[in-house]
Amino acid sequence: MNDQLTHMAGQVTTGKMTRREFMGKAAALGVSAAMASTMFADAARAAGPKKGGDLKFGLQGGESTNSLDPATYASSVPFQNGKQFGDQLVEVAPDGTIEPRLAESVEGSADAKVWTFKLRQGVEFHNGKTMTSEDVLKTMQRHSNEDSKSGALGIMKGIESMKADGDNFQVTLTEPNADLPYLMADYHLIIQPDGGMDNPGAGIGTGPYKLEVDEPGVRHLFTKNENHWNSDFGNFDSVEVVVINDATARTAALQSGQVHAVNRVEPKVADLLGRAPNLTVHSTAGRGHYVFIMHCDTAPFDNNELRTALKYAINREELVDKVLRGYGSVGNDMPINAAYPLFDETIEQREFSIEKAAEHYKKSGHDGSPIILRVADGAFPGAVDAAALFQQTAAQAGIPLEIKREPNDGYWSEVWNVQPFCASYWGGRPVQDQMYSTAYLSTADWNDTRFKVQAFDDMLFAAKAELDVEKRKGIYSQMGRMVRDEGGLICPMFNDFVEGISNQLDGWESDPTQEMMNGNMSRKMWFV
Amino acid sequence: MHPIIKLVSQRLALGILLLFGASALIFGLTEALPGDAAQAVLGQSATPEALANLREEMGLNRPALTRYFEWLGGIVQGDLGQSLTNKLDISESIGKRLGNTLFLACVAAIVSVPLAIFLGLLAVRYRNRWPDKLISAITLTTVSIPEFLIGYVVIYFISVKLGWFSSLAMINDSMSFWQKLNAIALPAFVLTLVVLAQMMRMTRAAILNLMQSAYIETAELKGLSMFQVIARHAFPNAISPIVNVVMLNLAYLVVGVVVVEVVFVYPGMGQYLVDAVTKRDVPVVLACGVVFAAVYIGLNMVADVVSILANPRLRHPK
Repeated sequence: MNDQLTHMAGQVTTGKMTRREFMGKAAALGVSAAMASTMFADAARAAGPKKGGDLKFGLQGGESTNSLDPATYASSVPFQNGKQFGDQLVEVAPDGTIEPRLAESVEGSADAKVWTFKLRQGVEFHNGKTMTSEDVLKTMQRHSNEDSKSGALGIMKGIESMKADGDNFQVTLTEPNADLPYLMADYHLIIQPDGGMDNPGAGIGTGPYKLEVDEPGVRHLFTKNENHWNSDFGNFDSVEVVVINDATARTAALQSGQVHAVNRVEPKVADLLGRAPNLTVHSTAGRGHYVFIMHCDTAPFDNNELRTALKYAINREELVDKVLRGYGSVGNDMPINAAYPLFDETIEQREFSIEKAAEHYKKSGHDGSPIILRVADGAFPGAVDAAALFQQTAAQAGIPLEIKREPNDGYWSEVWNVQPFCASYWGGRPVQDQMYSTAYLSTADWNDTRFKVQAFDDMLFAAKAELDVEKRKGIYSQMGRMVRDEGGLICPMFNDFVEGISNQLDGWESDPTQEMMNGNMSRKMWFV
Repeated sequence: MHPIIKLVSQRLALGILLLFGASALIFGLTEALPGDAAQAVLGQSATPEALANLREEMGLNRPALTRYFEWLGGIVQGDLGQSLTNKLDISESIGKRLGNTLFLACVAAIVSVPLAIFLGLLAVRYRNRWPDKLISAITLTTVSIPEFLIGYVVIYFISVKLGWFSSLAMINDSMSFWQKLNAIALPAFVLTLVVLAQMMRMTRAAILNLMQSAYIETAELKGLSMFQVIARHAFPNAISPIVNVVMLNLAYLVVGVVVVEVVFVYPGMGQYLVDAVTKRDVPVVLACGVVFAAVYIGLNMVADVVSILANPRLRHPK
C-alpha cells in the first residue's frame, strides 16, 4: 500500500494527478479521507507554487468613496488594492528585515543621514512606460511637498532634500535616521508613473496585477501582469477584491466557497468558524493595540499619580479574555511588544492591582469627581464593553469613571486627539523608531497623549543616529520604561489579525506588519 | 384642459418645488454634521497640513451658500458634479447604482405585488377559516422579524447549508440577465417576505369593508359565485386604497433597503448613500437624496392618478 501511495503522491507532486483522483484512489486503498487529504496537501506543497486560478478576497473596510490614489489609503480595501497594482521601493519582510522591491539595494552613509536606493532596471509600468529615477523622485515629492494631502505626509517629515541621479534615488535627512528604509516601505509610497502628479487615481503601477474593474465600495478586479519584474510574484490569473463590510455575510461567503480569504473574523465566531472543514482560521500576533489615552497636559491627567492609578486599575487579562476572546496578548502601557525588532523582554509586566491603584489614587489628591472616558465602538471593536469592564475595576479601587458614549461617525475628527481621555486604536509600525516618532515625540502631530518630555526626545534622536544594535536596544528599553511609567497611554492589549483562509490556498506565512500577510497573499500564495 | 392633465401638471410643478426644498434641507443637515469630507477621508492619519491642503483641493473653504448654489446651477443643466472623495463622475456612479436598485426592486415587486393581492383575495374568500388564518399568520410573522435576521437565516440554510444560491448578490455588467436574476434570488426573496404582509392585509381589509355593501348582496342574490363577486364587483372599488399601499411599498423597495443591501452585499443606492454620509461627500448625498425624493414624489403621484381614474365620481367631476 505504501509504495502505491508514494507513487501517487509523486504524481501529485509532478502535477499528473488531481485532488479528486488522488482522494478516490486513496479511498480505494482504504485510507481515511482526513488522512488522504493531509497526504495530498503535503504532496502538493512539495510541488511548490502552482500558477493559475482566480483568487477572490472578501474584505471589510471598503467604501464607495474610496479612491485608487495611494495618498488617500486609510482602510483595508484600498491598502489591498495598492498591493495588487503597485510596488514600493522596499518591503518589510515577515521576519522584520528589509526586502528589496523596486530598489535592488539600499545604502546609508556612515552618519545615517544620506540614503541611496539603487533602482531595478527595466521595470515597466502597466501603461508600457519604463520606470526611471524621475518617477520615484516625483512620487516621493507628491507625498511630501507642501500641497501634499497624503496619509504618508507625517512620516515624510525630516527629509531635507531628494534627488534622482541616473539609476539611483537619494534622500538626505535633516537628522540621522538608521530606520529610513522602513519609512520607504510604507504602503502609501507606491511608485507611480510621473509620481502620479497628473492622474493619481489611475491605478497604474508596476505591481503583479493590472487593474481591470474599479467599482469603489463594490469590487476591484485585477488581472495578471505578465511583464512583472519578478515572475515568482503573483501566481493567480486574476485577483478580485470584493467589499463585504458585514461580518456575518463575510464568513458566510467564505464558508460557502464564494471567496477564498476574508479579513477581520470576529473573535467571538473564530472558534466556530475554524471547525468548518474547508477553511483555516489564522491568528497572527501583530503590533496593533487597543488603548485608552490620557492627555498628559490636561487636568486631572497632568498628575502622574492619577495616571499610574488608572494604569493599575485595568484588568488586562480579563480584557484579552472577554474583548478579544483570547485572540491577542496583554499590553504593558507602552506601544511596543515582542513583535518589534529590538524589544527588551526584561521590562516588567504591569499587573492588575486594586491596592496599588487605590494607593496612587489617594496620593494624587484627586477631588473624587467623575473622570470622563469617551468611547465608541469605532475606536476599536468592543471598546464600549472594554470601557465598562475598566469602569467596574476602577470603581473597586475607588476611582469614579464615567463613560460617555460617542458616535462612531466623526470619532477620529471630534474625539480622538481632541478630548483628554478616550479610547483609541493604533495599527503599529514596522519599527520602534517609527512608532515613537509618530506618536510620542513632543512635536509629533499625532502625539495623542500629549507626552512632551525633552529627555525622551533626546533619547529618540540618539537612537536614530546609533548604528550599534545593542546600544540602540538599550536606549529603546529606557524609552519604553519611560512611556510605561510616565506616559499617558493605558495599553491593555495587543490584538491579533484573525483571518479565514480557504484550504484551497497554500503558501500562508505569518506576517506581523499588516493584516492579510501584509497584503502579499496574492503575490505569495497559490491554489493547491 | 382635461382635469386629469391639469392635475398631473400641477402635481409635477409642485413636485419640482418639493425637490428643491428637499435638496436645501439635505444640504443644511449635512453641513450641520460635525466634521467635513477632508477630516473624514484622512481619519486618524490627518495632519493639520494635509487637512488644509485637502480642504483647499475639495473647495471646502468657500462659503456654504456658494457651494450649494454652484451645485444647484450644475443640476439644472443636468450635471450632478464630481464626488469630493474619489473624483468619480456622480451621474455615472449613480446611474449604475440606481439601475441595480431598480432591478432588485422590480423583481421583488413583480413577485410580491400580484402575490400579495392574490393572497388578500384568497383570505377574503375563506374569511375566518384556516386559509385566511394561515396566510395572515405567515405574512405577519415575516414582517415582524427584522429583515437582517431573515436575511441571515436564509443565507445560512439556502446558501451555506444547501448551496443552492449565492449569498453574495454581486451583479455586474459582464453577467447575463439570467445570471443576474440568479444572483439576486435571495435578496428578492427576503424583500418579498418583508413587503408582503402590508399589501395583503390592506387588500383583505379594503375588500371586506365593501363586502358589507348592498350591491354586493345584490350580486350574490343574482347567483354569482363568491370569487366572481369579489373580482368583478368588490375589487374595482377597492383599487384606490390598494394602489396607495402598493406604491408606498414600491417606494420602500427603492429607498429603504440598505439593510438588505448590506447583508447580501448588493451594490445598490442605499450603501452608496450611507458611505457618502459617513465621508461627508455632500454632492453625492445631495444627488442620492434628490433621486430618492423624486421616486417618492413620483410614486405618490401615480397612486393619486390611479385612484382618480379608478373612481368614476372623480373621473367625471360635475
